[in-house]
Amino acid sequence: MSLILVLPVVVPLATAILCFALRTSRWGRWVSLGGTLLHAAAAFALVAIVSDGTVIAAQMGNWAAPFGITLVADALGAAMVAVTAVTAIATAVYALGDIDAERERLGYHALFQVLIAGVSGAFLTGDIFNLYVWFEVMLIASFGLMTLGARPEQIDGGIRYVTLNLVSTILFLMGVGLLYGMTGTLNMADLSIAVASLEARGPLSVVAVMFILAFGIKSAVFPLFFWLPASYHTPAFAVSALFAGLLTKVGVYALVRMFTLVFDLDTGFTHEILLWVALLTMLTGVLGAAAQSDFRKILSFHIVSQIGYMVLGLALFTPLAIAGAVFYILHHILVKANLFLVAGVAGRLCGSTELARMGGLYRSAPLLAALFLVPAFSLAGFPPLSGFWAKFLIVKASLDIHAWLAATVALVTGILTVFSMTKIWGAAFWTPHPEGLSPEPARLGAGARAALILPIAFLASLTLFIGLVPQPLLGFAEMAGAQLLDPADYIRAVLGDLP
Amino acid sequence: MNSVILQAGARYLAALLLLFSIHMLLRGHNEPGGGFIGGLIGATGFVIYSLACGVGEARAALRVAPEAVAAIGLALALLAGLLPLFLGLPLFTGLWPFLGTGPDGGKGLPVSSVLLFDIGVYLVVLGSVLTLVLLLEDEGERND
Repeated sequence: MSLILVLPVVVPLATAILCFALRTSRWGRWVSLGGTLLHAAAAFALVAIVSDGTVIAAQMGNWAAPFGITLVADALGAAMVAVTAVTAIATAVYALGDIDAERERLGYHALFQVLIAGVSGAFLTGDIFNLYVWFEVMLIASFGLMTLGARPEQIDGGIRYVTLNLVSTILFLMGVGLLYGMTGTLNMADLSIAVASLEARGPLSVVAVMFILAFGIKSAVFPLFFWLPASYHTPAFAVSALFAGLLTKVGVYALVRMFTLVFDLDTGFTHEILLWVALLTMLTGVLGAAAQSDFRKILSFHIVSQIGYMVLGLALFTPLAIAGAVFYILHHILVKANLFLVAGVAGRLCGSTELARMGGLYRSAPLLAALFLVPAFSLAGFPPLSGFWAKFLIVKASLDIHAWLAATVALVTGILTVFSMTKIWGAAFWTPHPEGLSPEPARLGAGARAALILPIAFLASLTLFIGLVPQPLLGFAEMAGAQLLDPADYIRAVLGDLP
Repeated sequence: MNSVILQAGARYLAALLLLFSIHMLLRGHNEPGGGFIGGLIGATGFVIYSLACGVGEARAALRVAPEAVAAIGLALALLAGLLPLFLGLPLFTGLWPFLGTGPDGGKGLPVSSVLLFDIGVYLVVLGSVLTLVLLLEDEGERND
């Protein structure tokens, strides 16, 4: 039982070492792909175990909780690892056609695997200091991936990215230190109990705000999001798709975990802050996107706006809203990664991702155009795609508790999202190419074409599937939401039966 | 930077820092310290050396590419974590084989898997910090 919890972390790390040894060989990429498949097998085994509502935990190093490091998988944690695995497979296949030999020689595949290990570790850990360690692992790997190739604008974006993320981790670390000073424990389940028995609640609210700031920077919410659009359009397409799908969502996951498990006592204060943050994030993100003219920059601002919906679900703090937030996170990772993958192919065919220098894709690459529409409409929330159900849950949850403003902002943001997607559609797909170029897919080799299109089709079909058959995922999200709101099972799994 | 004083001093400083970093690594066994902080201090030594004598000199002094240092460290740490699995213990359980016997007939020199893990962490931190810093300094020199 304990092994299955460790595998999603150990498999990518071992693969990373192999990939590093094979970085000058053409086998490196296949080893990397094999590693992601193994990781996915472990992740889905984990989902199968927790799908009946059980929570499993493993104590590292044979130290009993709360003294050692605990790995825990509940429905949310396992689902996050599984969706990480799906994104990893898609980007690993995509990388076969996107990452050149020079980047491979610099260690692309090793860094990629370390990033997957870091993300999986963050989703599975039950120890707050260990969460910090995984954040650092992710930060180092993602900085490496972002600056691979070392073009000046990449270094520029990378430095902004790393500086702000360091501020975030320092805030996080200070918060962890203060929390430890107050309660004497770092185990999240133990913290949940210890915090409830604290007499002085005042300092706790201060620490809660520090955590909102730290995870807020990570997940790019208003007004801390500006690092994201400044850096996500610079790295290789496969890398930006991976970042867009996963990295900010780790921040959102940490928010959800901490603000349901530990900081759930003064919700009138903390969740009120989260509510306003969420609404402003949705609006500024989508308005920022309207002002952009680069494919990937528009998508970057939309990440920000969509994060708002997830935080809104957390802020409303009803069972339906939390389930909606979980559903939203899972759906969004697939859709957003896919849109960046489409942007990569479109950019390759047209020779640029500047909308002013793109065009003619609908005529020359109709399949790509159709595959763009699925995630684009899903992002905007059109039925019957996955985004419709995600938005429906959040809006329904807002209306249920008469949060009219929240529901209005959610709907308006959806409409404005359509505006941006139409802009991309019009400029890149519909109108002819300004330089008279015909962006035929044949411009890529047959092998590269397959490697680039297959993952897009795979993710689009998943979006379509979730949209048409939402019940399994809805049920799973509801169960995850119930577990989050009543963490008794989680605490019992970690600490054993309490006296 | 072309300061003779810095260049002369950097050699001693780097050596001192490296020595101190190993002290911190070993001290971390039972007292505050350990692989992470040791690796950071060790990296500082090489960073000072690279500032004084140039990135090329620092890379030469390191002898192995910093990325390889990090990868080897990761392999050692992972090995230390996986070893207990072969003995049927949970992962990352500390193993404590003792070498020989102590002076008063007690236990000998402890060679634990915990130390192996810490050495791995030391190398990972040293390697990854130097990879980043030397890359950025390279870039800086090219722009000058």
